[in-house]
Amino acid sequence: MTAVSAPAAPDRTAAAARPGAAGERARGVARATTTRGAWWLASLGLLLVVLLASVLVGSKHLGVGTAFTALFDPHAGGPALVVRDLRLPRTVLGLVTGVALGVAGALIQALTRNPLADPGILGVGTGSSLFVVVAVAFFGATQVTGYVWWAMAGAAVVTLVVLVVGSAGRGGGTPARLTLTGVGIGAVLGGVSTGITFLDPRAFDSMRSWVAGSVSGRPLSVTGEVLPFVVVGLGCAALVSRELNVIALGDDLANALGGRVVRARVLVIAAVTLLVGAATAASGPIGFVGLMVPHVARWLVGPDQRWILAFCLTLSPSLLIAADVVGRVVLHPAEVPAGIVTAFVGAPILIALARRTKASGL
Amino acid sequence: MSAPAAAPAVARTHVVRLPGFSTRVHPRTVLVCGILAAVVVVLFLVSLATGDYRLTLGQVTSALTGHADGLVRTVVLDWRLPRATLALLFGAALGLGGAVFQSLTRNPLGSPDIIGFDSGAYTGALVVMLWWHGGVGQQTTAAVVGGLATACAVYLLAYRRGVQGFRLIIVGIGVSAMLGAFNTWLILTSRLQDAMGAAAFGAGSLNEVGYGQLWAALAVLGVLVPAVLALGRRMRLLEMGDDAARQLGVPAEPTRLLLVAVGVGLTATVTAIAGPIAFVALVAPQVARRLVASPGTTLVGSALTGAVLLQSADWTAQHLVPTTPLPVGVVTVVLGGSYFVWLLVKEGIRS
Repeated sequence: MTAVSAPAAPDRTAAAARPGAAGERARGVARATTTRGAWWLASLGLLLVVLLASVLVGSKHLGVGTAFTALFDPHAGGPALVVRDLRLPRTVLGLVTGVALGVAGALIQALTRNPLADPGILGVGTGSSLFVVVAVAFFGATQVTGYVWWAMAGAAVVTLVVLVVGSAGRGGGTPARLTLTGVGIGAVLGGVSTGITFLDPRAFDSMRSWVAGSVSGRPLSVTGEVLPFVVVGLGCAALVSRELNVIALGDDLANALGGRVVRARVLVIAAVTLLVGAATAASGPIGFVGLMVPHVARWLVGPDQRWILAFCLTLSPSLLIAADVVGRVVLHPAEVPAGIVTAFVGAPILIALARRTKASGL
Repeated sequence: MSAPAAAPAVARTHVVRLPGFSTRVHPRTVLVCGILAAVVVVLFLVSLATGDYRLTLGQVTSALTGHADGLVRTVVLDWRLPRATLALLFGAALGLGGAVFQSLTRNPLGSPDIIGFDSGAYTGALVVMLWWHGGVGQQTTAAVVGGLATACAVYLLAYRRGVQGFRLIIVGIGVSAMLGAFNTWLILTSRLQDAMGAAAFGAGSLNEVGYGQLWAALAVLGVLVPAVLALGRRMRLLEMGDDAARQLGVPAEPTRLLLVAVGVGLTATVTAIAGPIAFVALVAPQVARRLVASPGTTLVGSALTGAVLLQSADWTAQHLVPTTPLPVGVVTVVLGGSYFVWLLVKEGIRS
C-alpha cells in the first residue's frame, strides 16, 4: 500500500493538490472582475439556450410556437401537453439537480484540496442510494417524500465516514488516500445495495431505472419536495465560500490567518449532505457533474472559490440538461438516462486529469 | 511500490540439504499453509453438509467415497459437490491471479478488479447475453475478450513513462465508470427476467453452476495452476527488477509475458463462468503475505487464502438469507472492500 497511500513529498502533494496551484494557471482566463462578470453572463446565456433546447428537443418534434404556447397558456392541449407534463418537469429537475451536484463538487474539492474529488467518486451518492434502497425494500417507501430523508441521512453518514477514515492518522489524509477510501467505502455500500435488491425483485425493478440517474419521468412535485433542501444547502455554501479561499492554503495557514476551519468544515459537510442527498433522492446517483464543472470554472476564473461557485450555478445545470437532451436524441427512439451520458463525458475527463503530470503526483 | 518495506520481518529459514538437492524451508510458511489447507478441507465438508437438507459428516464422507445411495448421494454428489468444488477452485485461481498481477506490477492495487478487467468482462458477457442471446460458450469468449481489451486500455491510458499505482487506479475507476454506465443502460433496456439474470452474473454468482462448468474449469485450471507454480521462482526473482533478474539468469520479458498470459487466464476463467467476483484477487495475496510473514507474494499461500475466502463467502451468500441465495460477489465486495478500507486506515495511522 505504501506507494499509493504515502505519496512523494508532502510539500509537492500540497502544491499539486491545491486547486489552481502550480500545474494549473495561477489565474484563470478571465482576470479582471468585469471580464469575469461578462463570462458569467455568457454562461448564464448558455444555460438559457440549453433550457430552451430542453423544452424544444425531444422524440416528438414540436415547433417553437407550439412550445411557447404550451409554456404560457395553461389551457393549451394536444402537443402542448408533451411540453408541459414531460419536458418542463425534467428541465426544472435537471436545473435543480445540476446546481446541487456542481456546487457540492466544488465544495468538496475545495475542502479536501483534492482535484479528483466528486460526490460520486467519494461514495456519497452510493451511500445515499443505499439508504434509499433500504427505505424502499424494508420500509415500503415509494415516493420521494418517503425517502428524501433517507437519502439525506445516507449522504451525511458517508460524507462523515469518508472524511474521518480518509484523514485518519497523523498529519491528516492525503488526497490519494481520501479518494481510495471513498472508492472502497463506495464499493462496500454498493455491494450491500446490490444484495438487498436481489432479495427483493420489486425493489430491483423500481431501482434499476433509478440507479442509472435520470431526470425524466419525475413529476414537478418531486422537484418541489427537494427544492427546500437545495436552497438551504446553497445558503450554507454561500456562507462558507470566502473561508474556502483561506482553506486552500492548508489548515495551519488558514488557522493562522484567522479562518474558522472547523466552522467551514461543518458548513461544507452540511451543504454537501443537503445538496447530494436532495439530488440523489430526486434523480438517482448522477456522477461526474461535480467533478467536471469546478475544473472548467477554475480554468475560467482562477482559484477564487466565490467565482467558482458562481460559475457552478450556471455551468453545471447546463451540463446536466445538455446531457439529458443528448440522451433523448442520441439513440432515438430509445432514451439514454442523463447519468449515463454524464459518465461517458466525465470519465475521459477524470482519466485526462489523472494523466496530467501534476494531478498524477498526488 | 516498496512492498518489502511494508512487509513484516522476514521469516526464519532453514535449508534442507540432501545429496544432489537442496532447498530452503520457511517453517512458518509450511505451518500457515498446513493450517489453511486444513481450513479449506473443513469448509469444503461443511458446505457439502449444510443446506436445506442437513447431513452428518459421516453421510458426507460415505457419499464421497461412493458408499451412500438414494437421497444422500443425490444431494452431495449431484447438487452440492460442483458448487463446493468450484468455490474452492475459483478462490484459489483468483488468489493466484491476484498474486501474479500484484507481483508483476509490484503494487497491491495491481489486481484484475482494479485494472478494469472485471467490468470489461461483464460488458462483453452482457452484450452477448442481452443482444445476441448467445450460449455459454460465446458468453465466455466475449467475457475474456472484453476483459482483456479493457485491461489493455486501462494499462495504456495509465502509461506515462511507466505505470504508477495511483494513476492506474484512477484510470481504472474512470474506465470502469464508463463501462458501468453502459452496463446499466444495457440492463435498463432489457426485460426484467433477463435483467435479473444479467445482474446476478454481474455481481459474481455460483448459484447456477453444475458439472458442465466444473469440467470446463478443471480442464483450464489444470493447465494454468501448474504453469503458475512452475513460474513462481522466476516471478520472485523478477520482483527484484529486470536487471537483477537477468543477471540471475531469468529472461525478463518472456517471463513477464508468460506470467501476464497465465494471470489473465486464471482470472478470465473465473469471470467467464461465475461473473466478476470482486476483491478476492486483491485481498487474498495481501492476507497471505501477512499470515506467512513473507516479504513478497506467496503463490501457495495466496491460493489457499483465496480458496478459504471464496468458500466462506459463498457459504455466507447461500445461508445468510434462508429463502434467497445471494450472489457470492455481493459478499466478497462487502468483506473485501471493508478489508481494503481497514488497510488504508492502518497504513495511514502508521505513516
